[in-house]
Amino acid sequence: MEFGFSEDQLLLQRTVRDFLAGECSPEWVRGQWETETGRSPAFWAQLAEMGLPGLLVPEVHGGLGMDETDLVLLLEEIGRAALAEPVTATSVGVGLLRGLEDPASAERWLPKVAAGEAVLAVGHAESPFVADAHVAELLLLARDDEIHALPRAAYDCIAQPSNDGAQRLFSVEPEPDGGTCLARGAEATALSQAALDRGALCCAAEALGVCEQLIALAADYAGQREQFGVPIGSFQAVKHMLADVRVKLEYARSLVYRAAWSVARSAEQETPSRAVDVSMAKLAACEAALAAGRSSLQVHGAIGYTYEQDVHVWMKRAWSLDLAFGDSVFHRERLCAGVVDGALPAESFGYSHPRARSD
Amino acid sequence: MDLRYTAEQEAFRKEARAWLEANVPKDPLPSFDLAEGFEAHREWEKKLHAGGYAMVPWPVEYGGRGSDLLEWLVFEEEYYRAGAPGRVNQNGIFLLGPTIMEVGTPEQKARFLPKMASSEEVWAQGWSEPNAGSDMAAIQSTAIRDGDCYVINGQKTWASRGAYAHWLFGLFRTDPDSSRHKGLSFILAPLDLPGITVRPIQKINGKAAFAEVFFDEVRVPVENLLGDEGAGWNVAMATAGFERGLMLRSPARFQSTAGRLVDLYHAARNRSDRVAAGMRERVARCWMDAEAYALNTYQTVTRLLAGGKIGAEASLNKIFWSELDIEMHEAALELLGPRAELDPQAPGAGDVGSWLEGYVFALSGPIYAGTNQIQRNIIAERLLGLPRK
Repeated sequence: MEFGFSEDQLLLQRTVRDFLAGECSPEWVRGQWETETGRSPAFWAQLAEMGLPGLLVPEVHGGLGMDETDLVLLLEEIGRAALAEPVTATSVGVGLLRGLEDPASAERWLPKVAAGEAVLAVGHAESPFVADAHVAELLLLARDDEIHALPRAAYDCIAQPSNDGAQRLFSVEPEPDGGTCLARGAEATALSQAALDRGALCCAAEALGVCEQLIALAADYAGQREQFGVPIGSFQAVKHMLADVRVKLEYARSLVYRAAWSVARSAEQETPSRAVDVSMAKLAACEAALAAGRSSLQVHGAIGYTYEQDVHVWMKRAWSLDLAFGDSVFHRERLCAGVVDGALPAESFGYSHPRARSD
Repeated sequence: MDLRYTAEQEAFRKEARAWLEANVPKDPLPSFDLAEGFEAHREWEKKLHAGGYAMVPWPVEYGGRGSDLLEWLVFEEEYYRAGAPGRVNQNGIFLLGPTIMEVGTPEQKARFLPKMASSEEVWAQGWSEPNAGSDMAAIQSTAIRDGDCYVINGQKTWASRGAYAHWLFGLFRTDPDSSRHKGLSFILAPLDLPGITVRPIQKINGKAAFAEVFFDEVRVPVENLLGDEGAGWNVAMATAGFERGLMLRSPARFQSTAGRLVDLYHAARNRSDRVAAGMRERVARCWMDAEAYALNTYQTVTRLLAGGKIGAEASLNKIFWSELDIEMHEAALELLGPRAELDPQAPGAGDVGSWLEGYVFALSGPIYAGTNQIQRNIIAERLLGLPRK
């Protein structure tokens, strides 16, 4: 039993943090909002050099062969920097390709992903929209009992502009026919569920970084801004508001790391509680990020409500992440189905509750 | 990261489960805030000690089992699973004990820890004073060195278990010219010394959960000083870390309450009681938060085993578990409907059980061990770097 990260894992996290601190400033993020695609192939190439898109790609296909317990730490950094490049979608796509019984597609696509030459997009049942379908080389559609793979030339994108300049959503058409199907039946169902869980986990990890950054912005501002002759951060009304968000962040983080373990383990063996573990992580992390947005905005006051100030850059990330890979309604329902209804396996960590005595 | 238990940990779990199933009293003991309940709980502690489970993470020579903190969490999980009695000596074993382990002399460890582990000596906590509550550095009680003794004068209050305990640990001003955090010392005092008067205080349910303790020229030998003279504040902060976090409030306590809450929800639904539309999710949220607390504790233990220290993070714990405890009990009382206010012995009480008693206790959570407002200040100042003034 060891609930922590290795030196190597933390070192990689620091490397990505330092890189993003240098290369992905709020000004750069805002600049990307104004570009046509909103995405930067040059930046993606740099991420690929650090191994990010290929982190989950097996080494035999040129990737790092790591798992979700490595990935979540890096996604936190991506959230902290408000970077919108499609690392999450590509990671989910890698998981899908890796899981297929027929290895042909994995052999064809995974080396390209690892080399930074192919972005993947993923459509799933919980959203009518697909993020970053416009820049993907391959679109994977995870349906209830079919997995389809469509190369870029095989589908059209209809833009669905979002309030978040960083978010690029699309409807894709036409609905695929049999020719693009990679898996059916039970195999496809299991892969689709795994894809949704992996995506939700990734969004939760990003939300942790978003939350932490929103708190940091507020703490920094509260330490400098003076009213009544003192920094506003010396007032308990301000302190307590930020402390409450810091509490939420702390416990969301534990749920996210546990969910990362469940998702990573499920590659090798059944982890029955994975769905509930992931839903708890997604709910807690997104709620923490949303709450941090509200508090950070409040601490900044009117200046925080302006377009010029950066608080909304992260607030909008929180809104988008909350909706991606299952919104809160979906995950709340899964939580209840598991914990209360017993319709999904839910496992207490360590403690096992004795069966209730019948009345 | 590896979230699997080792074969040894699993074996220990099995062993502890079997022992507890065979030994935990079938009926709940009377409250340890009543004289008869206090003694009944000491009897239970004696049994636990004889079984080798009184304080599993302590070294064998002090009455423990020599386990690490992970095994201790496993033991706690089994303890709550078995529905075993509350720990009457929790101020001793969970707060003072670890502090003595950290800063005590070999003589102090040998003198105090074994009798603490067996609950032969039960401890009360003496920190607050009438004019030093949240502002603990305002302590005025003095302990002035006179030869081989400290002479203590003053008054402590809200001493938990003070009504029946044998010993008290507390902070006293050893330098009468000092102020605030300086000049305080951590001193251990037997409560039967001449000059000590204990006046029990009833908590809101009428039970004597704590006491006022008056000191009038009380002579305590100098060997009862814990840590250095004048360093009491820092010693007390180490104790507070244990109190706010994993020692006093290990996660299984809340996981078991959450599990009982889910059971209660089903019982209400099965009887077709009125159940509010949002109750299903409210119950699930409580369960989720108890899980989050458990996972966070395992993270903390991993950090401590790697040589880390409990720091200001303990304040995050304190807020989280105390508010969760209240939320769980309020959800339970709502599920019980019009019976929620009944005494468990009332003819119409049915399965009200101990929820109301638990709720009354939970209400003290945001107050003791440093109010939650004080914890929020600590988080803001020490974790987020906000200015003190």
